[in-house]
Amino acid sequence: MIRIINSFFIIFFLLSAKAYSLIEIDITRGNLDPLPIAVSPLFQDDSSKRNSINELKIENVGAEISLVVENNLKISGLFNPLSKEAFLQKPDIAHLKPRFEDWALIKAQALITGKVTIEDKKLKVEFRLWDILAGREMMALAFTTVPSNWRRVGHIISDKVYERLTGEKGYFDTRIIYVSEEGPKTARVKKLAIMDQDGFNTKYLTLGNELVLTPRFNPTSQMVTYLSYFKNLPRVYLLDIETGTQEVVGDFPGMTFAPRFSPDGKKIIMSFAKDGNSDIYTMDLENRIVERITNHPSIDTSPSYSPDNRFITFNSDRSGFQQIYVMKSDGSNVKRISFGKGLYGTPVWSPRGDLIAFTKLHKGKFYIGVMRTDGSGERLLTENYYQEAPSWSPNGRVLIFYRETKSNDKGEGFSAKLWSIDLTGYNERQVQTETDASDPSWSSLLSN
Amino acid sequence: MNFSKSFRNTFLVILLSLIVSACATKKTTTKVEGQMQGDVYTGTDTVKYLADGVPDRVFFATNESILTTKSRDTLRKQANWLRENSSINVVVEGHADERGTREYNLALGERRANAAKDYLITYGISADRISVISYGKERPVDSGSNPLSWSKNRRSVTVKAN
Repeated sequence: MIRIINSFFIIFFLLSAKAYSLIEIDITRGNLDPLPIAVSPLFQDDSSKRNSINELKIENVGAEISLVVENNLKISGLFNPLSKEAFLQKPDIAHLKPRFEDWALIKAQALITGKVTIEDKKLKVEFRLWDILAGREMMALAFTTVPSNWRRVGHIISDKVYERLTGEKGYFDTRIIYVSEEGPKTARVKKLAIMDQDGFNTKYLTLGNELVLTPRFNPTSQMVTYLSYFKNLPRVYLLDIETGTQEVVGDFPGMTFAPRFSPDGKKIIMSFAKDGNSDIYTMDLENRIVERITNHPSIDTSPSYSPDNRFITFNSDRSGFQQIYVMKSDGSNVKRISFGKGLYGTPVWSPRGDLIAFTKLHKGKFYIGVMRTDGSGERLLTENYYQEAPSWSPNGRVLIFYRETKSNDKGEGFSAKLWSIDLTGYNERQVQTETDASDPSWSSLLSN
Repeated sequence: MNFSKSFRNTFLVILLSLIVSACATKKTTTKVEGQMQGDVYTGTDTVKYLADGVPDRVFFATNESILTTKSRDTLRKQANWLRENSSINVVVEGHADERGTREYNLALGERRANAAKDYLITYGISADRISVISYGKERPVDSGSNPLSWSKNRRSVTVKAN
């Protein structure tokens, strides 16, 4: 099938000693006051430009990489990248030693500079992050990769800058797997699709011959688990997105669905429906041992492990209506945690461990929200006609989910799109996809 | 005199408002009566037939898998027909409307399909002639986003398997 991860050799080395800096971003407040930052085009000399055209059909890959960085920082909501037209200093000179007064004049508080060379089919990149107010260098890094990885270079620079200025890991060198949707509601064609977090490099992993739903990344490898109606038998599948090989998970005499990996990547947890009753099961991917986790005549579904593998949150209607529960990972100590008004579904444990994201239905509106793992501190982040299925960015900072619009009596006006929102409830924005899209799942960081 | 006049005026106002509200109520009930009872669809415009007089589907209330009197009547007709056509096997498809989370709806569709299957078994049809499949909210028959469309989509459909 499609070979997605090509070899990527990053050689990080510090070009200078760490420097203490004055700028810091307070990320607890959301995007009320995004940091003004100047992203200078990475400098590329003329011979490198010729190689760049030969290798990539792009004349100035340094400028293109800086656009990737700029866009990432902008969509995070925490940065305000300044217009390049206002820049007074040329990229090559700025990279050696910026004139801080010039950058302060256009109100930049931080500056990214860099240099790109393409030689012997290798892309070499170095970049520096400068604190304009303190007038000093904050970080300098260099790395080497194959030229076709140039967008990932931009994502890695973004992650490094984000981490240096916020104190948290970034989430830019990541991908989203989702379900691409086309056609009328009554005959929707669905395909597995994967793209970079910023919407580029979309690839379709299935042809649309059978219905596919709810793909989820393995947090530790390039594996995906999802539901496929292959041969009209709805079963959980395991797909290696590097080799394209796939297999059915387990040997169940009925529908398996709602799959997710354990955080250590060793198990798949899912629902199995038998005689109208859905319970939660796990399968160990090494020894193939299947374990039953819940045993209750109600619907038990949408299971999600805590990051330490010790607990499972899930969705059950054992109280009479859909609510969120937490239990130990052996199935003992089941406790209901959602007690607000309305129905609750799709609980997902944050990679930081402290929160559970969910979908809530109340009085005909759908909400994406978060609550603590004991159910306290419920916060609703966004309200809409229909939205569900939040998935966390690997740093536990941003949620991606899908939203559907209402159709008229003829079914017109319907759409399904991906959206993201910051944990604080700020910075809600649509994530661009080539087609309609649903069921997004965020990968771990590909590098670091 | 004064008192009785004001009394009469009040009375008229009350009477008028009663007429107005009666009209309003009548209007909404007649609209719903034709197609839905509670929120269960009772119309026929999406129903197909396994054979003459044997409807292929039954409808459910929101979040429910309980069979209504009408649904049981339909399923008994299906059971009779299946007894007379013992070489035919069926698949019961369970479906949900679009107003629920995808995974829960898959489970709900499974539950609805099994409610229909169990009823057919009660009326003498062998379990191995009936398989079930849930499509959750993935295969609506009506693409509108309104209560009537949703009621048509909350269904189980008995389909010939061979």
